[in-house]
Amino acid sequence: MVLLPAFGYLPVLGGNTFHLEAWQDLWARAGLGHSVWLSYASGLITTLVALFIVVLFLAASQGTWIDRTIRRMVSPLLAIPHAAVAFGLAFLIAPSGLLVRWVSPGLTGWERPPDLLIINDPSGLALMAGLILKEVPFLLLMSLAALPQLRPDSRVVLARSLGYAPGIAWLKCVFPALYPLIRLPVYAVIAYATSVVDMALILGPTLPPTLSVSILNWFNDPDLSRRFMASAGAVLQLGVTLAALLSWWIGEQAVKCLSQRWLTNGARSSGSTAIAVGGRALLITVTLLAISALFGLALFSVAGFWRFPDALPGTFTLDHWQRILPSVATPLINTLSVGLTATLIACVLVVATLEHAARHHLAARRVQWLLYLPLIVPQVAFLFGLVVAAESIAIRPQHALVVATHLLFVIPYLYLSLSEAYRRLDPRWGQVALSLGVSPWRAFWQVRLPLLLAPLLTACAVSLAVSIGQYLPTLLLGGGRVPTITTEAVAMASGGNRRLVAVLALLQALLPFIGFSLALLIPRFVWAKRRQMRGAA
Amino acid sequence: MTPNLQTLHIKQLKLTLAGDTLLAMHRDIAPGEVLTVMGPSGSGKSTLLAYLAGFLSPAFQAQGELYLGDKRLDTLPAEHRGIGLLFQDPMLFPHLSVGGNLHFGLPRRARDKNAQVAKALEQIGLAGFETRDPATLSGGQQSRVALMRLLLSRPRAVLLDEPFSKLDTALRQEMRALVFGQLREAGLPTLLVTHDEADAAAAGGPIVVLE
Repeated sequence: MVLLPAFGYLPVLGGNTFHLEAWQDLWARAGLGHSVWLSYASGLITTLVALFIVVLFLAASQGTWIDRTIRRMVSPLLAIPHAAVAFGLAFLIAPSGLLVRWVSPGLTGWERPPDLLIINDPSGLALMAGLILKEVPFLLLMSLAALPQLRPDSRVVLARSLGYAPGIAWLKCVFPALYPLIRLPVYAVIAYATSVVDMALILGPTLPPTLSVSILNWFNDPDLSRRFMASAGAVLQLGVTLAALLSWWIGEQAVKCLSQRWLTNGARSSGSTAIAVGGRALLITVTLLAISALFGLALFSVAGFWRFPDALPGTFTLDHWQRILPSVATPLINTLSVGLTATLIACVLVVATLEHAARHHLAARRVQWLLYLPLIVPQVAFLFGLVVAAESIAIRPQHALVVATHLLFVIPYLYLSLSEAYRRLDPRWGQVALSLGVSPWRAFWQVRLPLLLAPLLTACAVSLAVSIGQYLPTLLLGGGRVPTITTEAVAMASGGNRRLVAVLALLQALLPFIGFSLALLIPRFVWAKRRQMRGAA
Repeated sequence: MTPNLQTLHIKQLKLTLAGDTLLAMHRDIAPGEVLTVMGPSGSGKSTLLAYLAGFLSPAFQAQGELYLGDKRLDTLPAEHRGIGLLFQDPMLFPHLSVGGNLHFGLPRRARDKNAQVAKALEQIGLAGFETRDPATLSGGQQSRVALMRLLLSRPRAVLLDEPFSKLDTALRQEMRALVFGQLREAGLPTLLVTHDEADAAAAGGPIVVLE
């Protein structure tokens, strides 16, 4: 549906013939090349850096308490929506942001905010930093989920008994087996980073913006004929993402070839200290940046009068919260109703699928690619198609449409987080129940489901977080009539009052956090008298 | 409790995996009799149990028939076969209390459920344990509760999957006596899979050795 208008066919707007005008308009745009390059490069560079940080940390990680603490601090970061991270980072690194304040005037001598373009910088460095902050926890958690089946400890022990230093042992014996297992998540990261909209609106360059943001602008242009160009742009975006994926794939092959010799060259310890120190230091930096970003949001949301180089506000006030709370009631209700409905539907569908597979001993391998599709195809590209499709069959933008679109993104995450727990559940639990004569239905309700309560709630919290974070689907399919906390926050990005933005972004970060806390607390409460269930959770 | 005692007939059974025959068996197990099946890992013992209980993975093919008395079982789903299972682990549901586990075993329309549960607990020396968390019981106590849960479900035949292998030696003797005593008393045809010669001796029935 996005292809037709790209070639001039959109009867609603009087486009009845196929032609290449939209493409000619598109090529004629000033700065198009730069936009394309920004999208392509930020996707590849951020993925490379994030993967590098994660791999180095895993290689350095020895399961000591420091490593475990770092891991525990990283996981909640995944729940913070992209927009909230972007705002937090913006407040941190802006010329009048926290970082500058903390070192001024002591180190810099600045008495006034320096005239520097740090956020929205033309080469997209701020955008890339924001993306990396979100990609690192995602890739780390994906790797941690995949690792146990490789039995990394025994591999490392074996290599160490052959004289390899721990970090090198991990890189040579575990990583080559791990990479194929996290390849799909890596591709999803590339696809996301090349086409991200909300983060790019907040942190990205403006003249010209990234390709995805340009497309959104054309799509929302009052001049409806711009939509032809937007459609052409969406197709181009698909091409850019594919090009990035292809480049990455070529890189993969090259690394595979070139590393063959390194894997077996017998070098046992060169670089192991660098790995041990660097791996931890990089991940700690990322975590601290993210935490400071949230801290900054919190600070700005209650800041009263705040003179420039002061590290802390002179006065604190709840005015911003009081001013904005009445107006966020509707977005808040929308956010929760859409998120909870989507989660509930997804939960029923996914559990039914997994239960069916478990009962019939089905191995669901091929499904995975299909599930990942909405995560790998750039949102901008296919959401426009959806909007055009919905309009052409006269479905008005509304709640249900937003929920349906959120499902596309919620289901994959819910499936991914729950299928592992389902697979790990001892099949004998179900067998014992059946052999005692209860029906499969009762075995499901009374045995399998209670045993899976904790992972099920966590999966629901993940899915709620995913839904809360959705910007583009909510904006496009809701036609602006289903405002959520996320769309409101991003809308205030360009001109808004910084303190009000901080309140909204903080609210946005708070909701998934509440979800995860409930997912953690409910099983503890329900199973207060069941020791083993608490251990399992 | 066991109005009509019946023999378990395993007729012309042949289990194959991708064309290779894993095992062939043709046996009857009389009420109260324990048939012991021994053999090294990979000899198809667990496949045999999965077939009898009704959990055979579709990767395997089975020929032959399974009867209890004159009722054909192999065409029935697991929950309608009336074949009870004891595993290496007690497998007490961790989300239910001890009493809850026993109630789970009782048929839905059983009478005087609480009294039956109390009596079962008394039989194994755990009177008054209804509200306890299974995780707070010792390994031996858990095994005994698992046995009572099995018996309360009124099975018509029983499969034992190395049920004593995880207990320590002293406890093992005691559990063997309890399990085989109870099963014999209930008059249930039983199939025991084990590595341990002493299990087979304690069972006192015929022995089949798989290759």
